[in-house]
Amino acid sequence: MATKTPEQINEDLLRPLSVVSPRYFVALAIFLAVVIVAGSMFGRQIYDGLGVTGLNRPVFWAFYITNFVFWIGLSHAGTLISAILRLCNATWRRPVTRCAEVITVFSLSIGASFPIIHLGRPWLAFWLFPYPSERGIWPNIRSPLLWDFFAINTYLIGSVTFLLLPMLPDFALIRDRASGFRKRVYGFLALGWRGTPKQWHRLETAMHIMAIAIIPVAVSVHSIVSWDFAMAPVPMWHSTIFAPYFVAGAIFSGIAALIIAMAGLRKFLHLQEYLRPIHFQNLGKLLLVMSLLWFYFVFSERLTGWYGNEKYEMSVFWVTQRGSFAPLFWTMVFCNFLLPVPILAIKKLRTITGTVIASIGVVIGMWIERFLIIVPSLTRKYLPFSWGTYRPSWTEIIITAGTFAAMALLYMLFAKVVPIIAVWELKAGQSVEREHLETILAASEAEAGAD
Amino acid sequence: MGHQWGMVIDLDRCTGCEACVVACHAENNIATVGDKQAAGGRAKHWIRVERYYEGDFPDVKVKFMPVLCQQCDAAPCEPVCPTFASYHTDEGLNGQIYNRCIGTRYCANACPYNVRFFNFYNPAWDKPLDLQLNPDVSVREVGVMEKCTFCLQRIKAAEIEAAAEKRDVKDGEIQPACVQSCPTNAMVFGDLSDPHSRASRMAASSRGNKLMEELGTRPKITYLQRESWNGDENA
Repeated sequence: MATKTPEQINEDLLRPLSVVSPRYFVALAIFLAVVIVAGSMFGRQIYDGLGVTGLNRPVFWAFYITNFVFWIGLSHAGTLISAILRLCNATWRRPVTRCAEVITVFSLSIGASFPIIHLGRPWLAFWLFPYPSERGIWPNIRSPLLWDFFAINTYLIGSVTFLLLPMLPDFALIRDRASGFRKRVYGFLALGWRGTPKQWHRLETAMHIMAIAIIPVAVSVHSIVSWDFAMAPVPMWHSTIFAPYFVAGAIFSGIAALIIAMAGLRKFLHLQEYLRPIHFQNLGKLLLVMSLLWFYFVFSERLTGWYGNEKYEMSVFWVTQRGSFAPLFWTMVFCNFLLPVPILAIKKLRTITGTVIASIGVVIGMWIERFLIIVPSLTRKYLPFSWGTYRPSWTEIIITAGTFAAMALLYMLFAKVVPIIAVWELKAGQSVEREHLETILAASEAEAGAD
Repeated sequence: MGHQWGMVIDLDRCTGCEACVVACHAENNIATVGDKQAAGGRAKHWIRVERYYEGDFPDVKVKFMPVLCQQCDAAPCEPVCPTFASYHTDEGLNGQIYNRCIGTRYCANACPYNVRFFNFYNPAWDKPLDLQLNPDVSVREVGVMEKCTFCLQRIKAAEIEAAAEKRDVKDGEIQPACVQSCPTNAMVFGDLSDPHSRASRMAASSRGNKLMEELGTRPKITYLQRESWNGDENA
């Protein structure tokens, strides 16, 4: 890396913004088509009612809330990982931060749309806003759903700021190299960035404040998401372990999503020299730690539930462990633990391909995990007379597929308008390294001179 | 202190005839969803008769248990509603304001008794049931939650009449549709804040217990357990 000149870095990282291949348009069209189909399914759901889903009594929440928790969880990739790595001064983070922060913003937006998609009357979702209305009531602050509303909005505003701040110097860079319409657009986005020492100092301070502030916000978001379940007296939902369990799961799935996104960028944008095996190895180690932590949480939750032997909990416990949800449960254990741990623990296997395989397993496994937290409890809720079951409808499956397509679509579009690796951060990293090198050289020269 | 409406259900008397279910449908404009939807778990019965069996054939004992909203004092459905659609009335009922409901369905998940019902489609009635809608009860549109109200329209009518005549509501004056239609008088409705009401006196029976009381919901319906199960069946 040290061999790259700043001009080469500019060239490499800004190339994706000007070069577009036909393959890109084909992929864009496919993803867009899926999103449009999913959107029209949602339109039909609004027109007909939630009857088009597989929901019933007693399973009132299923795929949509699974997607909600899943995408909010993925959003912990970015901001949290990038903030922690920034604060720890992990220099290898530099090419990784922006792709992580983008995941946060987009997956949070997708996740936050699900509480609206799942509503019986989505056109009234604005009733959650605390505004003085003719109805003369505020939203109910005792409801965990309202906590969600505030937590997610705070996190969204925070992570958008966290993403935008370090983009200013890069916007300015593109502005200075572009002409015509592009120059005006990026000039507007750069917010008058001139690169004066004062501006740099302010940017560093702002980034530092945001990095510290975003961590408790991110932790609170997924804790509150977990409390949507833990606050309700439903067997196996009503658990004290849920908040940390959800936060750990969120970071776990977030790292996996980041690895997959990085591998995609590396391949399609030819960033092999920037996103190197070391990044995948380091993130792979983090993923390994989270996988072990995840298993620890699941094991504790299952063990205490089983040992307590409370009759309502046990009916949920056994339906997931041995009953109709068991195939899903063991698939989850395989995807989240049995598959990734050996791959990530053995150095030879912790390659780019290896970490990507492990990550795909984790993303699938964590989606199943959220489903298994939500649905089995509802199917076995107290009085056996009103036990039920659930099977997703095509509407739910297609809307779920649509969110993955939407994520890919947004990511592709973003990578075409903003350099997906922070150009200035990379250069700053290099100059830091160079300084470091120079001091070492100077020291060794001085030593040589003393001889 | 205002009224605290409650109910006592004598399981010794319940024959499982489900007249209460039919009466409730007629009184409260509960839509019929059709056999397919009902099989998928979307039937709406604000009151249902649960059947539990004990023993092996032919020595089977059957228990019928009418289950409706327990009108809990510490109702899990109420605090979780973000829009106050589900709220506690002054008279201790778990109110549901249909126009405030945005359909999060959180209340239905939180309810341990599964007595909340969601409108998956706009309401429809099999002919000729569409000709007998009760003008005192609003119909509920698609996307909102609905539940047993203890026939609030009857409670309010009796209270207004009593107020006009400058007197208190008499014990037994109010009868929800299920109570009124029960051929064996298994259900008794009354004011639990009045220790002399019939419901209060019956609720004090040693046979009385509350459904899943251990959850801390403080239900206002008391079930009188089957005495005949403990002794001789033919006694």
